[in-house]
Amino acid sequence: MFKIVEKRLLAPDIWLMNVEAPRVAHSAQPGQFVIVRGPEDGERIPLTVADYDREKGTVSIVIQAVGASTRKIVAIGQGECLADFAGPLGQPSEFIHEDIESLRGKKFLFIAGGVGAAPVYPQVKWLHEHGIQADVIVGARNKDMLIIIDELRKIAGNLYISTDDGSEGFHGNVTALMKDLIDNRGKRYDEVVTIGPMIMMKFVALATKEYGIHTIASLNTLMIDGTGMCGACRVSIGGKMKFACVDGPEFDASLINFDEAMRRQGMYKNKEKIADHRCRIGRDQ
Amino acid sequence: MANKIPRVPVREQDPAVRATNFEEVCYGYNLEEARLEASRCLNCKKPQCVAHCPVSVKIPDFIAKVLEGDMAAAARIIAQDSLLPAVCGRVCPQEAQCEGSCVLGIKGEPVAIGKLERFVGDWELENGSKEKADIQSNGHKVAVIGSGPSGLACAADLAKLGYEVTVFEALHKLGGVLQYGIPEFRLPKDKVVSREIDKVSRLGVKFERDTIVGRTVTIDDLMDNEGFEAVFIGSGAGLPKFMGIPGENLNGVFSANEFLTRNNLMKAYEEDSDTPCYVGERSVVVGGGNVAMDAVRTAKRLGADAYIVYRRSEQELPARQEEVHHAKEEGINFRMLTNPIEILGNEEGWVTGIRCIRMELGEPDESGRRSPKAVPGSEFEIPCDTVIMSLGTSPNPLLASTTEGLQTTRWGGLIANDEGATTREGVFAGGDAVTGAATVILAMGAGRKAAAAIDEYIRNK
Repeated sequence: MFKIVEKRLLAPDIWLMNVEAPRVAHSAQPGQFVIVRGPEDGERIPLTVADYDREKGTVSIVIQAVGASTRKIVAIGQGECLADFAGPLGQPSEFIHEDIESLRGKKFLFIAGGVGAAPVYPQVKWLHEHGIQADVIVGARNKDMLIIIDELRKIAGNLYISTDDGSEGFHGNVTALMKDLIDNRGKRYDEVVTIGPMIMMKFVALATKEYGIHTIASLNTLMIDGTGMCGACRVSIGGKMKFACVDGPEFDASLINFDEAMRRQGMYKNKEKIADHRCRIGRDQ
Repeated sequence: MANKIPRVPVREQDPAVRATNFEEVCYGYNLEEARLEASRCLNCKKPQCVAHCPVSVKIPDFIAKVLEGDMAAAARIIAQDSLLPAVCGRVCPQEAQCEGSCVLGIKGEPVAIGKLERFVGDWELENGSKEKADIQSNGHKVAVIGSGPSGLACAADLAKLGYEVTVFEALHKLGGVLQYGIPEFRLPKDKVVSREIDKVSRLGVKFERDTIVGRTVTIDDLMDNEGFEAVFIGSGAGLPKFMGIPGENLNGVFSANEFLTRNNLMKAYEEDSDTPCYVGERSVVVGGGNVAMDAVRTAKRLGADAYIVYRRSEQELPARQEEVHHAKEEGINFRMLTNPIEILGNEEGWVTGIRCIRMELGEPDESGRRSPKAVPGSEFEIPCDTVIMSLGTSPNPLLASTTEGLQTTRWGGLIANDEGATTREGVFAGGDAVTGAATVILAMGAGRKAAAAIDEYIRNK
């Protein structure tokens, strides 16, 4: 059992949980994820690590209540326990293995959408701790849905905000804001890391390809075990089958077949359209 | 003459009924049936059954005790060699081991050794001592990675010798393949698996779930910082294989591991489960092993018209005879000498069918089985909604890639000698992680051998 030592509402239906998990906190690196079960009989839900404190032995996750299982997780209160909290899983972000000096010569831009701001945080923080100031774009539907902005502002080089309705920052999506930065505001980037909805990452990747900027995307695929056993998370990377859980979750965005990944991600959402009277899939979505 | 009694049939759920539920297929013997069946054993001077048991269970001795009605004594005899009789009695390929070499089988039917072992195992789970074992600790700590058959066997033997054993399990439930792989209708989880594991707990073995060694903690951490003097790796062979044919990433194509894990570990077949599972109206399972049989029978129970597609002939099916027999009784369609070449999909990216080619058997290959060859121009399609790939599994590379000095074979199995010692000092391994996917009993045997080797290693250190 893993105790929730802190729980905060960040935006409507989006919660931050700080969870006591000393072994995970000890080993976690930017880019990795955990598998969480709320109640004893709950579904296994993969969530990217949002922060970790090795000394306190805690790991943060940010979770948006969208379906039955995520609602069950956010229903668990501060001081109570999650049944399971397994990780850290997947490969850490590639840059942590790179030579610091060469990293310092690179200009990073992180592009986060929605709850994607949460997993971007430990990456920007890691770079900040190594003397690298990365720029960050955070996009959301409107200003109420923006999360982790204050925390990111402290560690980012420049923090740019975009909202679909223009209620805060740039009026438009993150890709348009990135283009504006590069085309009109003289910004230049060597590396883009994008985390958010697949459709957003797809369009970020298409845009950065035009600029010739190497881009990494973090894939939030379906998973069960998260350790390479089930293959539910398989994606096509440069035409080769890869498992997001053990080969990823971060991949070279220019090689990702996003259309296939989106189709596979929605496998259980759209299933009710197909006639199958026994099928219970999608009832909670 | 004892051997004139025909083999006592075992009671089973009616096939038409059981094909719609997940309750155990086989009810097992009752005391009277077990004793009658036990009376058929000739108590051979040189028992071939023992010679053909991978862990050399003293079969005629325990059967003699069953005949006497002394189940406690029978259980003690089995326990000398096997940790998991209630499991092995259910899942061992007896026809290729003990029962396959029973003298009675030459002219008639062999003694139902598996069913008798199961009877004794179940009796013990029901009636055996629930007391915590009183074992004096020897002060040495050993880590076991994986709570499947090899890890449990290794942990139990070491605990009996006084070692302080901690078993690390990646998933949220214990048992490894017994939990996520083998379905409830063949191996009940609460009634059998949990209670077999409780036996190991009562020896003082500690379990840490949700711990992926190689990620959550490394072998180096365990040995250098946590005081474990030796490590046993029983991490199994959990990585699914795909065929590499077009269409494998379509929606509706699953590995057997995914399909079975959703149902066995996550109970997707239960109405109130949060984990979904889709099977469609027709499901095709590719493969012929026990896992394929488990997957196809699960698909059937979820309401699908279920098919096995296998590239060799029925004779070559690697699955246990009993599983094939049960699958047929349940109305599974077998398409032998058939090999998939493409999975077909619609515009939305969902499976609509599987394109296959007919095969014929040629010369025997290195495995001794006649190798299948495609018959040119014989392609045909089977319309279906889901395809489940059951092509075998391979060991997870995580431990080898995160542990210095741990070497693997070309196909990913950990290199270990007969005693289980790997290429890294103090690290031992056994079961599917070394051999590739095999059986519960072989894994259990390897775990026990490694336990003896670990004991010797620590005593001589």
